[in-house]
Amino acid sequence: MGEEPVISFKHFGFQYRAQAEPTLHDISFDIRKGEKILIAGPSGCGKSTIASAINGLIPFAYKGTITGSLKVLGKETRDMGIFELSHIVGTVLQDTDAQFIGMTVAEDIAFAMENDCRKTDEMHQRVSEIAKTLELDAHLKHAPGEMSGGQKQRVSVGGVMVDDVDVFLFDEPLANLDPATGRQAMELIDGIQRLTGAAVIIIEHRLEDVLHIPIDRVILMQEGRIVSDSSPDELLVSARLAEAGIREPLYLTAMKYAGVRPTEEQQPARIQTLALDVCDKALIRAWYHEAPEEEKRRTAEPFLQIRDLEFTYENGFRATKNISADIGKGEMLAVVGKNGAGKTTFAKLICGFERPQAGRMLLDGKDLLSMSIKERAEHIGYVMQDPNQMICKTMIFDEVALGLVNRGKDSEFIQEKVYQVLKVCGLYPFRNWPVSALSYGQKKRVTIASILALDPEMIILDEPTAGQDFRHYTEIMEFLRELNRSGLTVVMITHDMHLMLEYSERTVVFCDGSIIKDATGAEILTDPVTVEKAALKETSLYYLADQCGISDARSFVQRFIDHDRRVRA
Amino acid sequence: MIRIFNYIDRESPIHRLTGASKFAVLILWSIAAMTTFCTPFLVALTILGLILFSVSRIRLREVRAMLILTMAIMLLNNILIYLFAPEQGVAIYGSRDVLFTIIGRYTVTKQQLLYHANVILKYTSTIPMIILFVATTNPSEFAASLNRLGVNYRIAYAVALAMRYIPDTQNEYHDISLSQQARGIEMSKKENLFKRIAAAASIILPLILSGMDRVDVIANAMELRGFGKNKKRTWYMGRKFTPVDILCIIFGIMLVVFTTVYAMVNGSRFWNPFI
Amino acid sequence: MKNLSVRTIVAIGIGAALFFVLARFVAIPSPVPNTSITTQYGLLAFMSALFGPVAGLLIGFIGHFLNDLSAGWGVWWSWVICSGIFGLLVGFGCKGISLEDGKFGKSQIIRFNIVQAVSHLICWAAIAPTLDILMYQEPVNKVYLQGLVASAANIVTTAIIGTILCIAYAKTRPQAGSLNKE
Repeated sequence: MGEEPVISFKHFGFQYRAQAEPTLHDISFDIRKGEKILIAGPSGCGKSTIASAINGLIPFAYKGTITGSLKVLGKETRDMGIFELSHIVGTVLQDTDAQFIGMTVAEDIAFAMENDCRKTDEMHQRVSEIAKTLELDAHLKHAPGEMSGGQKQRVSVGGVMVDDVDVFLFDEPLANLDPATGRQAMELIDGIQRLTGAAVIIIEHRLEDVLHIPIDRVILMQEGRIVSDSSPDELLVSARLAEAGIREPLYLTAMKYAGVRPTEEQQPARIQTLALDVCDKALIRAWYHEAPEEEKRRTAEPFLQIRDLEFTYENGFRATKNISADIGKGEMLAVVGKNGAGKTTFAKLICGFERPQAGRMLLDGKDLLSMSIKERAEHIGYVMQDPNQMICKTMIFDEVALGLVNRGKDSEFIQEKVYQVLKVCGLYPFRNWPVSALSYGQKKRVTIASILALDPEMIILDEPTAGQDFRHYTEIMEFLRELNRSGLTVVMITHDMHLMLEYSERTVVFCDGSIIKDATGAEILTDPVTVEKAALKETSLYYLADQCGISDARSFVQRFIDHDRRVRA
Repeated sequence: MIRIFNYIDRESPIHRLTGASKFAVLILWSIAAMTTFCTPFLVALTILGLILFSVSRIRLREVRAMLILTMAIMLLNNILIYLFAPEQGVAIYGSRDVLFTIIGRYTVTKQQLLYHANVILKYTSTIPMIILFVATTNPSEFAASLNRLGVNYRIAYAVALAMRYIPDTQNEYHDISLSQQARGIEMSKKENLFKRIAAAASIILPLILSGMDRVDVIANAMELRGFGKNKKRTWYMGRKFTPVDILCIIFGIMLVVFTTVYAMVNGSRFWNPFI
Repeated sequence: MKNLSVRTIVAIGIGAALFFVLARFVAIPSPVPNTSITTQYGLLAFMSALFGPVAGLLIGFIGHFLNDLSAGWGVWWSWVICSGIFGLLVGFGCKGISLEDGKFGKSQIIRFNIVQAVSHLICWAAIAPTLDILMYQEPVNKVYLQGLVASAANIVTTAIIGTILCIAYAKTRPQAGSLNKE
């Protein structure tokens, strides 16, 4: 370990010019060649600021005051410049649509070389080499719109690989990927590290998913400070994760419920390496047998009946194939499946954004297909993934009132209704604020409030928790559960396996335009065939049950979820 | 979703030309056609354009929609011109040969017909070239071409970015407009005009504000990959000029030279057979 | 122009893409049959005020040029050039309005609208018709009447959409002053 570190923070601090307080305090750590480091922490802990300091956006794009020292390959970054750093640190941003700058895959991979004035022949050769490594060679002429999220991420990785960088920096690489693609992304990161020998830094809050690959160290951040810098095994047996609001892997939670105290020697960081002794296994089995039988599923009368729904886009893509499903009154339903499986089209068909070529839909027995978008909106509300795409008024009150104003309601009624909805959504204290003063999660609530103001019987949410850390995830989901308890039917389109396990009573799985399974979350995530087909990810609880010799994994998972719900409530 | 550029990938001598030389010829050709009123020259350009069209192996039916649209606009504009100024040709050519009278001041003169022929020829000589340029030039090559023709690479890249983000913006607009419709925001004729404009604003506001957020992220992504580092940059899609490219550009320059010389020698931009 | 920052370059690219999409897809049905009111100049005025004259010039020029190129009705150079000039004029006229700092009050609204109205008149009622006369020798009364009608429609939509955009953007900028829960 005598080698000089690639990156070396010494008592580093940073304060953005617009901010009253420093965002980072007294950061000290080293990263050596070939290390794989995870920087974890809740939203706003400063982990993205660390990333910006490493790639040079701080201080060259974001102005502010630096204290202490940050050296990359032995040189202070503030003396280097963003371009010099870009040859050493390759950054893969969270927003792959923003990072994919070229008009085609090949041009995007070549982008950095173009800026370096390399010869055209040389670029063509290097691009084809890299495309081969990343299995992108069949896509070189494709435009970004023709690529899936995972493929776009591969292109981004290719775009920084051309520079033979010493450090790969991944900012929230899992944020927009379906579970199976997320797992492949981690395996890709692992493979690249082995191939290039470079150091890898991953910024994420989804700890369990990152630990799918071996990680050397986890740096845990909280409120701008490093609270822990250790091996994952050491971190997981400590109490620091819970304090920082980062979710530990589910199998660890299950072990703790069963009274097993994990130790560092058991290598608890990954379910693949976790070593349980006979005694531990017995404890877990005992917990399973003692846990109360799972709660019975409610049988609700149908609210929306969908029969033989067929839809093909103009370009010939058959997005839904003969779909039939019932959505019960007051249900909390999750819709899962990989990108392009037909989930969003399904929601658009229900809302009337697209018209099916064949099939029927009955809402409380009435024919839905004969209703306009506006008429359907009186029964069914749709909340888009990105709140910024929905908000069109500057003040919160006006935003929530908008739909009512358009319906021509009188102002007294509107005020009463808006206040009532804002109270339900916990936004009443902010009613006279501009929307721009709110956090992302609060904006999401505003969009939900603006839909609830229209008194729908059902709402459909597209990725309600995308990009949210554990605390915000819990906040949003508990809020939705509250609404559901008051009688609202809730349909959630999601990639989040935790959400589906913990908050849905029922889940329908889409694959290539068809519904291939309709069951509880626990049942789906313990069924390897469905998991494989729909690009989902088995829950680690399934492997834990297997290790402990519990044959009915579904029941084990369900009991865990029920127990966890009671404990957390 | 529409394809924004009707590029048709095929093997032909026109396709083989670099985008830069095609663009240069397009501009020079347009300047020549726009500035002259030499009718025989415009006829020659039109015929040459049609010949080039057949050389490119692009079939007419592949660009039919564009042609129909152009014809409609051309027709409408000619009708408008005639309604406003049935004596425009007489004023230009300085003589008046009446063929027949439609009604009142609307007479048809030889001079007016020649003037309309000129206006039509200005379209027919340039529009096939524009359609041809779009159909035979890979959009990816366009920015590299601009840079090759001397446009600052930063500005050339702004053009590339615009083409890159048009489809994304279009999809986003589509989604936003549907979800706003569900909240009762409509641009339909049921509302009065000001309400319609305000409704349009409610739909495009989220689109534009999220576009503004995106500007910073993309700018960071570009700087992190070295954009703007050097005084120049190379292009993955860049191609070298061949002798044919050079010949084409020389030909384009000659077109402009011809129209300029013609106007000077002739004493007017107009070809006037009536004197 | 060599000093354009990367951010400005991106703003030009994204601005031109937005201009294109608005010009192509967001037309408001107007009372006159078969005509519609365009919305893109509200956007262009806003972006020119925000990013300055050079950005305004290029957003208008590139956005309009690409739209003409893609639509297939030929490139109407006189109008393409005027879209660029409109952006340039608004950019110059709004120098000193710092939208970036969130300042867009009554006096800025008035100034913004005077600037956009004058710029529209210069472009559509003066420059564009003159170019049409030079290129096509079109009848004077026809082109100037067309120009006046176009200016009037553009001034109204810019006044509504451009102003709303500026106000909304200014409100998203971080501002001093505290907010209290009630």
